[in-house]
Amino acid sequence: MSDWLIYRTFWDLTVTGIALGAIYALVALGYTLVYGVLRLINFAHSEIFMVGTFATLITATNFIGIPLLEAGNYPYRTGFTLVAILLACIVGGMVVSGAGAVLLERVAYRPLRGSGEHVGAVVLAFASAFTASLVFTETTRTNVIIGLIGTAPLAVLYLRIFRRGRQAPRLAFLISAIGASTAIAEAVAIWSPRDREQYQTPRVLEKKVLFEFLGTEVRIDYVLVIVGALLMMTALVLFVNRTRLGRGVRAVAQDVETAKILGVNVDFVILITFLLGGVMAGAAAMMFTLVYDQTRFNIGFLLGVKSFTAAVLGGIGNLRGALLGGLVLGLGENYGAAIFGGQWKDVIAFVLLLVVLMFRPTGILGESLAKARV
Amino acid sequence: MSLSDTFRSLTKPAHAVSGLGERIGDLPRVSRWSLIALFILSLYLMPWWPEVPVLGWLVDTPGTSFEGVITDKVVIYVLVALGLNVVVGLAGLLDLGYVGFYAVGAYVVGILSSQHANLPWLVCVPIAVIVSMIAGVILGTPTLRLRGDYLAIVTLGFGEIIRISANNADWLGGSRGISKIAKPPNIGPLKFGVLDAKPYFFLGLTVILITVFFLRRLENSRVGRAWNAVREDEDAAELMGVPTFKFKLWAFAIGAAIGGLAGTLYAGKVRFINPSNFPLQLSILFIAAVVLGGTGNMWGAIIGGAVVGWMPERFRGFADKRVFVFGVALVLVMVFRPQGLIPRKIRKERWLANWKPRESEGEEVARG
Repeated sequence: MSDWLIYRTFWDLTVTGIALGAIYALVALGYTLVYGVLRLINFAHSEIFMVGTFATLITATNFIGIPLLEAGNYPYRTGFTLVAILLACIVGGMVVSGAGAVLLERVAYRPLRGSGEHVGAVVLAFASAFTASLVFTETTRTNVIIGLIGTAPLAVLYLRIFRRGRQAPRLAFLISAIGASTAIAEAVAIWSPRDREQYQTPRVLEKKVLFEFLGTEVRIDYVLVIVGALLMMTALVLFVNRTRLGRGVRAVAQDVETAKILGVNVDFVILITFLLGGVMAGAAAMMFTLVYDQTRFNIGFLLGVKSFTAAVLGGIGNLRGALLGGLVLGLGENYGAAIFGGQWKDVIAFVLLLVVLMFRPTGILGESLAKARV
Repeated sequence: MSLSDTFRSLTKPAHAVSGLGERIGDLPRVSRWSLIALFILSLYLMPWWPEVPVLGWLVDTPGTSFEGVITDKVVIYVLVALGLNVVVGLAGLLDLGYVGFYAVGAYVVGILSSQHANLPWLVCVPIAVIVSMIAGVILGTPTLRLRGDYLAIVTLGFGEIIRISANNADWLGGSRGISKIAKPPNIGPLKFGVLDAKPYFFLGLTVILITVFFLRRLENSRVGRAWNAVREDEDAAELMGVPTFKFKLWAFAIGAAIGGLAGTLYAGKVRFINPSNFPLQLSILFIAAVVLGGTGNMWGAIIGGAVVGWMPERFRGFADKRVFVFGVALVLVMVFRPQGLIPRKIRKERWLANWKPRESEGEEVARG
């Protein structure tokens, strides 16, 4: 009977699967870029995505001032206003996620690489003083003031330590990432106005059926997501392949030491890599809210795990692999859920990964950010 | 040997002997064993620690009973960290789905003592350990050919598969879980009831001590050396004739068995399990425990497990901010001590000091 269901809804599932896969792919690009350059699972990337969804929400409701409901209806906009709002939202998500990723790199990763680091030391000093102040008081304003007072002396202390110039073991990066990811998610959960609840995002785009394709009605939001994701990815691939900085990224991915000798500013390239990943995650975040109309402090975790799965599936460190992996995962999940039932969706994703890795141990397309086959 | 001698040899300058462990090892036998006995005794007295003046203020957990914290959290986390340390620290395999084995252990006890049979807890435990071990082999056989981060993501998937399967299979109690799980049998004056957590703590601590003894023997055996070799350089180990796959599988199986054992303790204590007790985040917490303490060092794993289990409860004053504090603390520890709180010692000098070529070997070679 369920086979019959998939037969009837096959093209529906295909369209939603591709849209979901496009979002996975955009987030997966962040994992794959950082992995290609640093050989590091950036566990906190999922939270960068989550922060992006909140940035979209804030841009729409606070800056532009769109209410959740207008006289009991969705606040639909049309024409030029709609385009402007959507663009503002995606830019808001990209800016905040990009900045978040850069900050994350400077605070949680660069100190571990043993390079002298000022911004990271200052932020970390503030975070520690702020956290310590939680012992004494629960008032957030007082916490912030104590945090600011404690920042300068602690920052001096940290700077002395960050200068030691020793590379930490690989696992330390992973734990630092896990710590940062927990801290970001919890900070959003604690200091957002409605705590841990789910937030609705205003639905400005009326989800009309755009056209029919093989008997399936294709909604406009899916088309926007797919087209937008493809544009973003093309831009990224062009950037990595054609620009000077992109050449730097590829050089560092190939061999850090040689790149350093040849005059590549490795720290800067790594920063750019994180920025690119963050910007992609911000775009994905806006598309996510466009389709699902909601966000929550913990949406990042599962989506992040899935996106990382997508990156590994396609071949981690490989930009085209991230796209392919995202699409395969999105489609596989959708078809599988239709056949076996929705509750097995996540199991299907991981079994798919296991099967692919058994036959192709480095993913479908293999690892190759360095080999410039992007 | 007077007390002052004991003290002097414990406080010898650092260059004479390297670590505290070795300093204790250098003591005469009587003082050494009395020190160890004293240490173990103080561990068994842990439920009464909050009543000791300074220590009490330091360790007590405001808002929750300290006894409850050490039985429900600390004992379990330490045992799990010990098991995971075999996989991550000794063999160098990054396992992000360790909660899966923990869940298998708990669920086997649940099924055999409540859901589908009525076996006593003590009978369930060995079965659960064996089943977890088999689960480790089943997961390991196809996946251990993968390396590094591929292994990490696949194991992560495994943990999630176990949880979702338990959630969806009615045979396993579905999302309602399994209740009325058998408790450990009473041993003399130790009555395993609902009100008093102490017996569970004593049981857990005993299990930990036995595990530590067992793992110490294993670490210093041929198996331990093989793991060392695999961790440092897998290709070199393979070239030197170490059957790397076999030993990686063993690490997985032994780690899984200890994880399952921790699961049985957990199930016996709380007597009610459901899939939401085993989220993916728990796996990550376990990894954090091992790395925080110091990968590959058993004492590190013990300290890390204890800290990760106890710290959020100690700082309950922060109410819902404790998880945030935990996250910041993880980053800070990694920035300041990237090797963990108690790093693994490189025992090169010690290896060389203890290494004596067998005399007969040289003679045979000389004779041709």
